[in-house]
Parts: sequence; C-alpha cells; structure tokens
Amino acid sequence: MALSTPASGTSLDTADLVAAAPSAAATTSLWRDAWRRLRRNKLAVVGGVTVVLLCLVAVFANVLAPQSYTKANFGNIYEFPNREFPLGTDQLGRDVLSRMIYGARVSMLVGLGSQVIVLLIGVPLGALAGFVGGRTDILMTRFIDVMYAFPRLLFVILVMSMLGAGLLNIFVALGLTGWVGIARQTRAQVLTLKEKEFVEGARALGARSWRVLTRHVLPSALTPIVVSITFGIPEAIFTEAALSFIGVGINPPTPSWGQMVGENQQFLRSYWYLCVFPSIAIAVTMLSFTFFGDGVRDALDPKMK
Amino acid sequence: MLNFTLRRLLWLIPTILAMALVTFLVMHATPGSPLDPVAEGANPLSPDAQKNLAAAYGLDKPLWEQFAIFVGKALRGDFGQSFVYKTRTVSEILWDAFPVSLLLGSMALVLAVAGGVTLGVLAAVYQNHSWDYVSVTVATLGVSVPNFVLAVFLIVLFSFVLPIFPTGGWGEPTDWVLPTVTLALGPMGIIARFTRSSMVEVIRSDYIRTARAKGLAESPIILKHVLKNACIPVVTLLGPLFAAVGTGSFFVESIFRVPGMGRFFVLSMTGRDYPMIMAVVLLYGVFLTLMNLAVDLVYGFIDPRIRY
Repeated sequence: MALSTPASGTSLDTADLVAAAPSAAATTSLWRDAWRRLRRNKLAVVGGVTVVLLCLVAVFANVLAPQSYTKANFGNIYEFPNREFPLGTDQLGRDVLSRMIYGARVSMLVGLGSQVIVLLIGVPLGALAGFVGGRTDILMTRFIDVMYAFPRLLFVILVMSMLGAGLLNIFVALGLTGWVGIARQTRAQVLTLKEKEFVEGARALGARSWRVLTRHVLPSALTPIVVSITFGIPEAIFTEAALSFIGVGINPPTPSWGQMVGENQQFLRSYWYLCVFPSIAIAVTMLSFTFFGDGVRDALDPKMK
Repeated sequence: MLNFTLRRLLWLIPTILAMALVTFLVMHATPGSPLDPVAEGANPLSPDAQKNLAAAYGLDKPLWEQFAIFVGKALRGDFGQSFVYKTRTVSEILWDAFPVSLLLGSMALVLAVAGGVTLGVLAAVYQNHSWDYVSVTVATLGVSVPNFVLAVFLIVLFSFVLPIFPTGGWGEPTDWVLPTVTLALGPMGIIARFTRSSMVEVIRSDYIRTARAKGLAESPIILKHVLKNACIPVVTLLGPLFAAVGTGSFFVESIFRVPGMGRFFVLSMTGRDYPMIMAVVLLYGVFLTLMNLAVDLVYGFIDPRIRY
C-alpha cells in the first residue's frame, strides 16, 4: 500500500521511530496511526472480522452447536450432508457441524493461549539477556541459537509423543519451543533501545534499572513483539492441527479440525465431506490470521510496503 | 575461500554433536521407554524380558556411555537396528527412503523457485494492482495453509472433480505431480513474498532511477537490473527450504502414499524408535548445515561485495 512515510525520511527504523517519540502522547499517536492504516487495508479488515467471528463461535460453541459433539448415533452413520445434518455425520453418527463448531474452540484456545505462555517466557528472558548483557547474555544467546537450529515442528512432535496427547501438553510443547523467537526479538530490541538518549535521560533522572526496563525500554520494544504475536497465533493453530492430524494432539472425543482431517483423509474418495469441511475451516482460519497479521505488521511498520 | 569452507566444515562437528546431545537428552529425559507395551493397556513385558531386551539394545548402560557408543558407531555409519522394524538396520531403511524424498523435494523446490520468483516479480512490478493481489493471495495461501489441507483440496480438484491425476502412489511420473505441487506451494509462497519485498526495495534504488533516466525500456530494467540484485536475499532462503522439503514431509508422503523418509520423522518419535530418531534428526541437521554452507558459497559468487 502506498502509505505516507514519516517526513524525516524512508530509512527510519521502527526502533528509531518509537525512540524518537517516547512521550506518552506521541506513543498513543503511533498506535492511532497504525489503527488508521490497518482499517484502510481491505485484506486485513476481512481477516480481522473473520478472526472476531471465529472467536465468537469458539466462545458460544455450546449455544451454536445444534447437537452434542460426543453423542454417537449408530442409526445414522456416514450420512452425507442433508437438512438434518448440514455437514453430514461421521463414522459414529456424530454431527460434523457441531464437532466443527467445538473444533473452533480448540483452535482459538491453542492459538491465543499458547501466545500468552510464549509472551510470559520469551519477553522476560529476552529482556533480561539484552538488558543485563555480559555473561547472562552470552549464555542465553547460545541456548537460543541451539533451540533455533532444531526443526520446530519436529521438536514439538518429539515432545508431544513423549508427553502424550492432550490440550495441556500442547501448551507445554508450544511454550517450550515458541518462546525462542520472541526472546530473540525482545533481546535485539532492548539491546538497541538501551543505548538511546531517552534511556540515558531516565537514568540521569535517577530511575532504577527495573523502572527503566519496564517503563521506558519495554514499551518502546512493543511493536515487534505485537507483530510476532500476531504471527505466532496462526503458527500455533497450525501446529495443533498438524499434531492432531498425526494423532498426538488433542485427545478424542474432543474434536479438533486437524484431527478430523487426519482421521478421515483415507476415506476421502468415499466420504469427501468428512475431510473437506474441516480443511476449509483450517484454511480460512489460517488465511484470516495471516492477512490480519500482515496488516498489523504493515500498519506498525509502514516502510515495509 | 578454501579457508572459509574448511572452517565452516569444522564447525559442523560441534553443531552436529550438540544437536545429537539435545535430541538424545530429550528422548531419554521424558517419561516412558521403548520397552513399554506398544498398544495402550496391553500387558507389559515381564521384568526379566525387559531386562534382557534392555541389555540387548544397550539401554541398561549409563546415559553418557550410551551416548558415547552411539557417537562411536554413528561415525562409522552404523546407526543400529530399528526398534520398530526389527529386521532392518536404520541405515538400510533410510538408504531406500531418502532418495525418494530427495527426488520429490528437488522437484518441489524447482517448481517453488520458478513459481515463487515469477509471482514475486509480477507482484513487485504491478505493485498495488490486481496482479499484486493475486500474487499475494497465492503466496499467503501457500505460506499459511498447512500442506495436508492443500493436499485434500488438490485431490478433490484434480482427482475427483477433474480426474487427471491419481490420488496417490509412487510409480508413474503422473503420480509425482500432486505431491510435488502440494509440497511446493509452501516454499513458493515464502519465495514469492521474499522476492516481492526485495524487488520493491531494489526498484526504488538510485541506480534503477539512473537506468530509467537513461531511457532503458522497462522489461530489461526489471529482468536484468532489478532481478539480479533482488535475487540475492532469496538465495539465502534456499538452504533451509531445500533441507525442509528434501528430507520429506510426513503429511505429503502419508496422504499421497509416497515411500519416502518423511514418515520416519513422526513414526520414529511416536514409536520411541531411539536409533531411528537419532538418525533422522541428524540427517536433517547435516543436510541443513551443508545446504547453508552451499548457499554461503554461492552467495560469494553472485554478490561480489562479499569477501570471505
């Protein structure tokens, strides 16, 4: 999008942009500017609205679902989509639509919940490494580098197959592997920010390290953290779907979209609807989050586009 | 240059050792053991039988000794007997499966580079016009939608609705099409996004303005001047991408019934097949590091500003 860049030139870095305007009023205007830019991005708006709808579906799943998601009904197994079962029934006669509505709950819970954990681990560790520096930093960076070298999904699968399936373990696995990226980014941000004049100014005024870090450095480092969270959500949703597809994710009978695709992909020829509808749900969710995330990134960092 | 290559090759040793150690520790640190019953709720083996099996596989030794034995044997190319496929050694299994994955991955990478660069160039040239949106949408689709979902859509479209390609198998070249396309879409999206942003940056640079000012036509500017420099960051991507697609994807290979090594990444872990886990993780690691080294060397050729 041809967005106006700040008057001071195009080579401005986000960090400089934020650092140049550390006062409370200016920070608000950065977010207000971003919000304005975000609203002008059509794809991002469509993505955002879909995300909100999905969250509503997840919250009100018990109201929206026409049938129970666990109740087997052997009188009507493998029913093709019809009036009573708009998306058909599965091998146990369970309503696919109801199961998909509850599946939204798992996806959203994993997507948002995992990012809370990732934030709680990644930001403090990254900030600590960047702010304290010295040996702590070297140790942390080495550790982060080793974690980074591992193929992410493979590591999650390894942890999951050792811990066993289940929602709680998914959070553990995603938390264990997901914090690395955000820690790295927080560290880099803190590292550049702590050399800035406004931090020096805060110190000169007698602010203690903790106050400098939490009141001055971290708020300015927020933009890349927000961006990495918006991309972390779909990644977590993808990981859950992949794990459940393999069979080490969500435990049945709790439905998950990935699990529905995985269980039924071998019957694709005979019962296409069992696979296709959850696939569409996954695709739509991932696309919405990605478009929204792209929009957020472009809005916060206008020089990218 | 030679010095650089040698130094990088030497770095491989500690990197691979660290990877092996972490995998080994995670494998052993988590509860459960390969001697547990395979099926849930099945009768466990008698303590004597467990003890014998543990001795036979060397699982009764202290961990550091087990690790030392593993490293010693792995250096000689011996990764031991698979715990799950008990009659075959890990090396034999991978010797059969790896070439299949490598072929599939290479085809997918070629397709991904061709498609991704084309999409990226179109998007950058027609910035904020319909071509840009088409390209961004395709790229986002490839990047964000999991490949098992793409596989379902492709099978429905090109095997059921239009019966052109078979749903699976690995004999005829027609069997190769759908898995290749499925595997390629993700990397294609990544390459397209990278190409686009790198092209956009180069298009705005001074020397392109100069080229335009001299009156050069648009197509030689884009193809000769912009693309050449815009490709440099894209090349860095190829290492990790090739490592990812060249070692096989569990999802693509299981849906299309391709006899590659992708499935061993998952089956070895769910089956607690210790020798197999170590072998596949290390194979991936070595492959990735070698690819990254290759990319760094190629980098020096295409970007003369870089010195080793």
